[in-house]
Amino acid sequence: MQKTLIRPVSSPGIDNTTVAIGKIVIEPPRGLPHINWRELLAYRDLFYFMVRRDIQVLYRQTVLGLAWAFLRPFISMILFTFIFGRVARLNSDGVPYPLFSYTALVPWTYFATVVQTATTSLITNSNMLTKVYFPRLVFPLTPVFSKLPDFLLALGLLPVFMVVYRVWPTPYVLVLPALVVIMAASAAGLGMWLAALAVQYRDVNHASQFLIQILMFAAPVVWPVSLMTAHFGETARLLYGLYPMVAVIEGFRAALLGTVPMPWDLIGIGAVSASLLLVSGAYYFRHMERRFADVA
Amino acid sequence: MSRIAIEVENLSKRYRIGLTQEEEQDTLGGALLSWLKAPITNFRRLQRLSRFDDGEEADVIWALRDVSFQVAEGEAVGIIGRNGAGKSTLLKILTRITPPTTGRAVLDGRVASLLEVGTGFHPELTGRENVYLNGTVLGMTAREIDRKFDEIVEFSGVAKFIDTPVKRYSSGMRVRLAFAVAAHLDPEILLIDEVLAVGDAQFQRKCLGKMNEIANEGRTVLFVSHNLPSIEALCARAFVLDEGRLVFSGGAREAVSFYLNRQVFGLASGVDLRHHPHRLPGDREPIFTSLRLLNADGLETSSFAIGEPITFELRLDLGEAELDTPLITIAIEKRGIPICALTTRFMVAQRFTLTGQAMARCTWRPGWLTPGEYTVSRVTLKAGASAERLDHIEEVLAFEIVERDVYGSGKIARKDTLLVPNGTWQFF
Repeated sequence: MQKTLIRPVSSPGIDNTTVAIGKIVIEPPRGLPHINWRELLAYRDLFYFMVRRDIQVLYRQTVLGLAWAFLRPFISMILFTFIFGRVARLNSDGVPYPLFSYTALVPWTYFATVVQTATTSLITNSNMLTKVYFPRLVFPLTPVFSKLPDFLLALGLLPVFMVVYRVWPTPYVLVLPALVVIMAASAAGLGMWLAALAVQYRDVNHASQFLIQILMFAAPVVWPVSLMTAHFGETARLLYGLYPMVAVIEGFRAALLGTVPMPWDLIGIGAVSASLLLVSGAYYFRHMERRFADVA
Repeated sequence: MSRIAIEVENLSKRYRIGLTQEEEQDTLGGALLSWLKAPITNFRRLQRLSRFDDGEEADVIWALRDVSFQVAEGEAVGIIGRNGAGKSTLLKILTRITPPTTGRAVLDGRVASLLEVGTGFHPELTGRENVYLNGTVLGMTAREIDRKFDEIVEFSGVAKFIDTPVKRYSSGMRVRLAFAVAAHLDPEILLIDEVLAVGDAQFQRKCLGKMNEIANEGRTVLFVSHNLPSIEALCARAFVLDEGRLVFSGGAREAVSFYLNRQVFGLASGVDLRHHPHRLPGDREPIFTSLRLLNADGLETSSFAIGEPITFELRLDLGEAELDTPLITIAIEKRGIPICALTTRFMVAQRFTLTGQAMARCTWRPGWLTPGEYTVSRVTLKAGASAERLDHIEEVLAFEIVERDVYGSGKIARKDTLLVPNGTWQFF
């Protein structure tokens, strides 16, 4: 740090902290895309400031401010408790329905917000896209991190509900960080897929809302996985586990509420499919990236 | 032999133009069918935007074709060309915003571009936060910005408001802060595209000074501009691009005169616009048919004395269409410097309609412009309500303004300024 400060002012152009150093070779893209890790690393400060910008801007000029982080899952919880808990009387694995649904809504809200924001990220930032070069992956990956504080705030309200309903967590809460990683990876993977598609086909923007809604009812947010097993058997349950949010939500419930034994099989399958989604999303994004500036 | 900083070999880039190729359907059945088929045709069209079959197609344009050049380290090189000649495409490839179709470019050194200042500025964030965000967008690290922060703020002259959200800034302040960030990138290779048209005159001088400084410090500069005098002032060498090809490379002065000689085919008192080579590609049939320049006596001419009114007579063929108060603009330039835009938008108060074989005549009293060659750099026609572009021609023709003994002193007015002063002196 000291060294940097006493560097002579006369040679400011030579600075080994700078981003684009050495020879840059520009050629038409061919062959399979690859992920340029060195470049991503070099742009980590940009990534940091993009995440910060997102967080700072989110609740400026709002009346309720940070309360929105709780309110979104909380309002859904009240709605779902009424519709699915009271009216439809869905089974909630033996815990009160509000608690049952809120535990699922916390990771789900994160997942849905990240996917939605990532999908539109290239279009909302198209002015940057067509003017400056930097790794485009920064765009869909920014919400993966910038939505985490909201997620943690919403999660922070959960112990309050648990105390109210006198439900105690199991020791498996220690597994939660791993579930959070699966959650973030699958949101990032799907986000990259949809973002890359949405630049050329704006339909994806319109369709993503419905897709997310479908994905919510497909996930065990308002109903338990046990319902699936009861109707379709054990094999169906494992196939269902290919949808990584199943492992995340069921894992959250098992660890925090003890509704079911820890679903290690689902978590294993979910981790694999989340990784596949992440890697394929990144490569597909890189593949489409060559066209962004021309079609955006 | 000094080191090569930029090496470009056979660089080409093609684009597909035109998203709107609607097929006319005049029967209900046909319309219904095409409506049903729309998703499929839309999909094909969107896909085609980025895919190319082999061979030439009508709606494919080569924005850049087999361009090769070298720039030595420390050289400042200008790029000249009219709109659509491929200048911006070249810079976009060199800044890696878009990949080339074929060819190769090698840049040796840290690259920074000033394609547009203020990219990534967010109105809700403060000036300070935006300096960091914009700086990292342009490729600086946070540590580097820490180090240069005070310098940036001082250069911008908005120190007092640095912790105020940028949305409360005037547009001038915003631009100044943005340019300040960009100017402190300290790159080895700097690519600049027309940033000088920002801020007030005083700030523009500051920007030019900063760019001069960069060029004189031995950095490599590639400078794209319409402003020919500043190309001559900043660059030793220049390239001329025309229709995607490099047509001239040499000294900046020679390049400028090559460009001026090439773009207008001598002075002309009138020109046929039906098949003008510089009409921008569009989906429509040409509308402008001719432009004539008339002097005060109504005679067609290409030279006018200082202060003499100039009448532009523009003929249009509108066919069956009837245009309600369209926007017609005739833009005048001198060596790339905009002089004025004669536009119906502000100069005509009442509504008017044009139809069939129409004519628009505009008489311009240009004041005392210095003698020299002037160009009608652009004529455009836009629909009144939608502002949809109906016709657009660039670099239409050139005319000249010639000396006249305006003061009765027998002396010749200076040619290196824009105006011949219209005034008097008194002594007591």
